[in-house]
Amino acid sequence: MADSPIAVEHHNPALKHHFVDMEQQRQASSLGMWLFLATEIMFFGGMFCAYLIYRYWYFPDFAAASSSLDITLGTVNTAVLICSSLTVVMAVSAAQVGKRQQQVVYLALTLVLGLAFLGIKGVEWTSKFKEHHIPGPTFNFEGSLPGHPDQPVDQHHAQLFFSLYFAMTGMHALHMVIGVGIFSYLLYHAWKGAYTPEYHTPLENSGLYWHFVDIVWIYLFPLLYLIDRKK
Amino acid sequence: MATAAITAERENYLNQEYGIKSWLLTVDHKRIALLYLLTITFFFFIGGFFALLIRLELLTPAGDLVQADTYNKLFTMHGQVMIFFFLIPSIPAVLGNFLVPLMIGAKDLAFPRINLLSWYLLVAGGILMLHCMLTGGVDTGWTFYTPFSTAFSNTKVIEAGLAIFISGFSSILTGLNFVVTIHRMRAPGMTWNRLPLFIWAHYATSIIQLLGTPVIAVTLVLVVLERALHLGIFDPMRGGDPLLFQHLFWFYSHPAVYIMILPSMGVVTEIVPCFSRKRIFGYKFVALSSISIAVFGFLVWAHHMFVAGISLYAALIFSALSYLVAVPSAVKVFNWTATMYKGSITFSTPMLYAFGFIGLFLMGGLTGLFLAALGIDVHVTDTYFVVAHFHYIMVGGAVMGYLAGMHFWWPKISGRMYPESLGRLAAVIVFLGFNLTFFPQFILGYLGMPRRYWQYPPEFQVLNVLSTAGSTILAVGYLLPMVYFLWSMRYGKVAPDNPWGASGLEWMTTSPPPTFNFDRAPVVDWEAYDYENIPAPQEARSGG
Amino acid sequence: MSIAIFTMIVVFAVRYRRRRGVLAEQIEGSTALEVTWSVIPLFIFVSIFLWGAMIYFKERTPPRSATEVYVVAKQWMWKLQHEEGQREINELHVPVGRDVKMILTSQDVIHSFYVPAFRIKQDVLPGRYTTAWFRPTKAGIYHLFCAEYCGSQHSGMIGQVVVLEPAQYEAWLSGGAASGSMASNGQNIFQQLGCSTCHRSDTQGRGPTLIGLFGKPVQLEDGRVVTADENYIRESILTPGAKIVSGFKPIMPVFQGLVSEEQLNALVAYLKSLNPSPSGAAGGPTVVPSGAKPQETKVQ
Repeated sequence: MADSPIAVEHHNPALKHHFVDMEQQRQASSLGMWLFLATEIMFFGGMFCAYLIYRYWYFPDFAAASSSLDITLGTVNTAVLICSSLTVVMAVSAAQVGKRQQQVVYLALTLVLGLAFLGIKGVEWTSKFKEHHIPGPTFNFEGSLPGHPDQPVDQHHAQLFFSLYFAMTGMHALHMVIGVGIFSYLLYHAWKGAYTPEYHTPLENSGLYWHFVDIVWIYLFPLLYLIDRKK
Repeated sequence: MATAAITAERENYLNQEYGIKSWLLTVDHKRIALLYLLTITFFFFIGGFFALLIRLELLTPAGDLVQADTYNKLFTMHGQVMIFFFLIPSIPAVLGNFLVPLMIGAKDLAFPRINLLSWYLLVAGGILMLHCMLTGGVDTGWTFYTPFSTAFSNTKVIEAGLAIFISGFSSILTGLNFVVTIHRMRAPGMTWNRLPLFIWAHYATSIIQLLGTPVIAVTLVLVVLERALHLGIFDPMRGGDPLLFQHLFWFYSHPAVYIMILPSMGVVTEIVPCFSRKRIFGYKFVALSSISIAVFGFLVWAHHMFVAGISLYAALIFSALSYLVAVPSAVKVFNWTATMYKGSITFSTPMLYAFGFIGLFLMGGLTGLFLAALGIDVHVTDTYFVVAHFHYIMVGGAVMGYLAGMHFWWPKISGRMYPESLGRLAAVIVFLGFNLTFFPQFILGYLGMPRRYWQYPPEFQVLNVLSTAGSTILAVGYLLPMVYFLWSMRYGKVAPDNPWGASGLEWMTTSPPPTFNFDRAPVVDWEAYDYENIPAPQEARSGG
Repeated sequence: MSIAIFTMIVVFAVRYRRRRGVLAEQIEGSTALEVTWSVIPLFIFVSIFLWGAMIYFKERTPPRSATEVYVVAKQWMWKLQHEEGQREINELHVPVGRDVKMILTSQDVIHSFYVPAFRIKQDVLPGRYTTAWFRPTKAGIYHLFCAEYCGSQHSGMIGQVVVLEPAQYEAWLSGGAASGSMASNGQNIFQQLGCSTCHRSDTQGRGPTLIGLFGKPVQLEDGRVVTADENYIRESILTPGAKIVSGFKPIMPVFQGLVSEEQLNALVAYLKSLNPSPSGAAGGPTVVPSGAKPQETKVQ
């Protein structure tokens, strides 16, 4: 049996003891994040599945409920998130070329955009609360089916829509909050100069996470907000 | 090779550091494995206690030991505890955590801190579950069917749901850790085709853990929300569909049973070659069968719903697919048998457990074929036939495999040998107790006794009494290893590096291993199960 | 098959046990063998599948001329009603040799109607109908169990199916309920709730005529074609907006919460009786008088 001496490291302070070299560590972290995102797809997938089934069954009621959502705010939020993904990419790119100042700026911008998204979401939800569209004992949806002013919307089906709406956007918002937390942490460490061209894996992987949350929204938005809009 | 004749104890992962903090804040995968061992053993006894109460109640047809509501809580919590807090973690979290880095020649798992987090998540979920049980319990059945669980039960459904939700993340993170470790941290020369089949089995298991568990997580979230806010996602009186719950639930819970059995198969695949002194027959096919089971396992969930109200055509499709998934399992059994052919077989304790596993898994699996047959399933589903079927696989299969593995690797984990004759005795007691407990249940189910029954018609009593008698024997069989493993830690013979003459990198380091697993990082240039070149145990022990 | 494998294992274990001087023979594998013992089991499994599927197909296809029994399950009892009107609790009387089709629904949670002796089992769901059928071949008393856990008294939700010789069954039937057949009860409810105002026997009503409707395809206004089965009738009464018949306005009032499960069953039985072909209930009037006013009748 051949033996080999333990490999000599570059002594990068970020290298963890159980990895052979930085490259192995980087690849492991990256694969870990991709696998985690796969689990997130399955997680959101369950809710998307429930939503798609009920939407197929109760399309007119869902269309009516959907039209009560604020499409302007939804579109703005979509733009906000897409921009924030751009700033994330810029931050990673800055780290790759060793520009600390730029990293900090772009990470801060990402944070601001993320918080803006959450703020706008808060505004939307508040208006839903005022209109009594929050599922529960106070739920009441007034409206008629699109194209049929004489047919009222089925309250049960409308409540189903909103249950799923809040479950899905709520779960998404929770992931955004976690993302904001992660990026605050990154911002602090980037400011301290922790991320260099040799080591910026946390930035890359957190960026993956952020992009994923963005993509979930990009699916949520048309499915929830854009049912049957004929404007 | 190091021998057992050492007076001064070498530094190893157990004695490197003492103190409770060094255990609770460890990132050493071997210590975490032991933390898991404590936790799941604890929950095994809780679940087992509930089982004993159930069997005691069922001694008589009338409901005379506990009240109906209590009984309903007993079987619910028996199921939840055993599945989520014992079986799903068991082999991966104890043996997998301990052995995966060792077997591939790595110093630790890819993410040691996440590994520790996994344990804490299981403990947190477990504490919440304990609290739930102590303050009222839950009576929905471990399957939580709606609308009973969301709109009718008066018990602590939300708390139980959250407890399982939290523990699910433990499972997901363990799976994530294993997949990354196996991909990225193999020692030089350890190619995919040289990996021990235990690793292949855990790889397949981890894929299921990763992709399946999130679905039950989100389902539980929806159930909790529905119950708390009176939504109608699964309640037909509010526009929802109870079958949607069942589909979402079983989409995870069927693959979950493969999480519970694949690791055991991996254990058996290590033990049979060792105690036959022969390489495994058909390495590639066994590896492929693990992956096939993982893949096909995701396609068969609605075979739990044949009488639930699904369409005829859906039932036909799922029945056909269920037969497909049986083929790889059969292949494994054939390969193990073929490995024994022209071998040189020793009847050590691990091998006895492995024999038990193969026989009982075979019976459980074949009865699964009955259940997959639509015509038969209508008669036996929701009866004790199903209960017997899954206990044959879970207990006769998974738990036997777990015990087999614990005995096989105990010298490596603890540095001590367990007493072999007691080990064999316990194996036989477990095997006999198990069969007496569960074989009568096949007959009970066929005769028509439904499951989850607190009271039953008198004609079913004799078989129930037999089953309860068996369960007491089984309990003794399980207590014995607990006792002698503990005894061996102080009084057992000191173990050599490789007491069984087994193949695998874990046997090429000391028993117990040092904290960083290997004094020198291994480089592999031999095939797996290289038994023609490994001396049999007697020669290895002759130095000590 | 399992006996063959058990035997092989035992034989190998004994024959190939470790003996001094005898070394194990290292056999790598054999693709041919692997393929063989994958393909042969596969064939065996496919045959078992086909066999099971054929049985299942028959089990899930009730014969057209079966007598119907309506079953409402609730925590924790079975309420059954024959077409002729007899009600039973936890017991079902049927004659030997006649096909019986059960139309099942639940008032609360999921239950399951299980008669081991007949090899039938069918989950009973709230909010919709499921069906099961059997033909008893021997007189006797057989267990009826609930086979889907439904709460405290799940194990107490048991009863029996009493199979009588045809003569005895007729005797039992004639000693039965005086409240009329299900179809006639259904007609009473139909008039009492005002259904006949819009659903007339001619085509002048604001709602589609229901004569000859049951079991036939219905064209909906969104283009779909559905079959007017029990679930369609039930849905049309409880949530009429779900499916609008082509050419009609969505003006039918919602009856969810205003009719019990038993009343729904009676209405379904009544609508079946409006079919000209003799597949519906025995007894009970078949035509709604056009423009009839609702009558004062006791409704259960």
